Amino acid sequence: MPQSPPIAVERFVKIYKTDPAVDGISFTLAPGSITALLGGNGAGKTTTIATIMGLITPTSGRVTVLGAEMPRQRYRVLQRMNFESPYVEVPMRLTVRQNLTVFGKLYNVDDLRKRIAELGHELDLVDLLDRPTGNLSAGQKTRVSLAKALINNPDVLLLDEPTASLDPDTADWVRGRLERYCRNRHATVLLASHNMTEVERLCDRVIIMKRGRIEDDDIPAKLLKRYGRRTLEEVFLDVARGNGGEAREAAQ
Amino acid sequence: MSVAYKSAVASSARRISAMMLRHWYLLRSSWPRLLDIAYWPTVQMVTWGFLQYYIASNAGFFARAGGTFIGAVLLWDILFRGQLGFSISFLEEMYSRNLGNIMMSPLRPFEFISALMVMSIVRLLIGAVPVTFLAIAFFGFNLYAFGIALVAFFFNLMLTSWAIGIFVSGLILRNGMGAENLAWSIMFLFMPLTCVYYPVTTLPGWLQPVAWLLPPTYVFEGMRALVIDKVFRPDLMVAALALNAALFAAGVFAFLKLLQSARRRGSLMQSGE
Repeated sequence: MPQSPPIAVERFVKIYKTDPAVDGISFTLAPGSITALLGGNGAGKTTTIATIMGLITPTSGRVTVLGAEMPRQRYRVLQRMNFESPYVEVPMRLTVRQNLTVFGKLYNVDDLRKRIAELGHELDLVDLLDRPTGNLSAGQKTRVSLAKALINNPDVLLLDEPTASLDPDTADWVRGRLERYCRNRHATVLLASHNMTEVERLCDRVIIMKRGRIEDDDIPAKLLKRYGRRTLEEVFLDVARGNGGEAREAAQ
Repeated sequence: MSVAYKSAVASSARRISAMMLRHWYLLRSSWPRLLDIAYWPTVQMVTWGFLQYYIASNAGFFARAGGTFIGAVLLWDILFRGQLGFSISFLEEMYSRNLGNIMMSPLRPFEFISALMVMSIVRLLIGAVPVTFLAIAFFGFNLYAFGIALVAFFFNLMLTSWAIGIFVSGLILRNGMGAENLAWSIMFLFMPLTCVYYPVTTLPGWLQPVAWLLPPTYVFEGMRALVIDKVFRPDLMVAALALNAALFAAGVFAFLKLLQSARRRGSLMQSGE
């Protein structure tokens, strides 16, 4: 029997009252791939990711994760997924260890002490484990959020701007850890980001959204060639400013 | 019992314990929260205790009915604090912007509700138990002298407080923090109607059937029967339990429907207004 794709989105539409936030998009992610979901504000990225997480019910179409339809069958797969977003935080009064203990139990992690110790070493959190999360710097908090996102060794990881508000050094460090995790675990990652350096470094596929639709979808090298650009940032600007067609024609 | 079923039950218990642990860690780390839980019930009990002293010294009936006010205050606090304990534990997830994490975790709605119910009891015990001992020390009123009746009163009041707490949490899930005020104020709607401090016959005739639709009314009437007439009324407790079963089922149903609606509206990722 063929294995279900980690994430499959088929003709997905989401309408809030009368406004379509997402307008009939389809894509499938391959196991072990890292895909970027790009787009300006209001492009529909957050709605798409939230629907994949089971937080939003599609108006029409179908979204599946590891073969389970979201949100209807979400409890079949939530234990194998996780996410990180700067817009969602872990409780600040709890220590890092307490937070990881709570989330480890929620995700039914075996040998939780060992897993917390592993994450402490991998994400350089050993000295911070018994400090209240709220007392940490932005970079340290991001590492804690990442530890929470990796606590259950997820097969599917959703990341919403994982390095937003981090200094370049810390951001680079976080990207390195993510890369290593995905390589070792063969995890599938969907990443929403406005940081094109991050996308170029991490992603082997880029989906560009605009006004709820997919404007383009390819590997970074082909996108650069198609638009005749040297960076993804230039490609992003072409699409965002409505110059994508002209840029493609010029490149051809 | 199959292995899979046992494993599912164990996982479920673990998730409930995780949420309880999360709130226990929070309470333990914050003395202002602990103080807040205990201080208002104490102030209220002391105020009503002195009022009762004053009235009892001036009126023969109230001298006979010694303890009805303090008893009513303490039982009202179980109802009010039970709901507040549930709702505040829920609101803590909104305040800390943690709801997205919770909603995307494998935690089921009934597990979330169960954990909040247990935490409402924990918060209530922290706040109310010391006050009951103060009532003995200050006014010679021993709530525990109610014996088995106290268990019936407590269970019925907690069921009502959970039903209301579950419903309000659903409203906040769907409508965001704009509905927060309901968590603090909704129970006061019940105060005049459930006849906390006076018999149901005090209400106008047309309002009395409404009062009898609310389970706490039976508890407060039962408390007065016990204190004034020295009679425990199991019939009132059974009626309260039947109404509570319906109210609790309605609260859970409303929560699930509101959660469904929140998923349609996309409001689970938001924690603002």
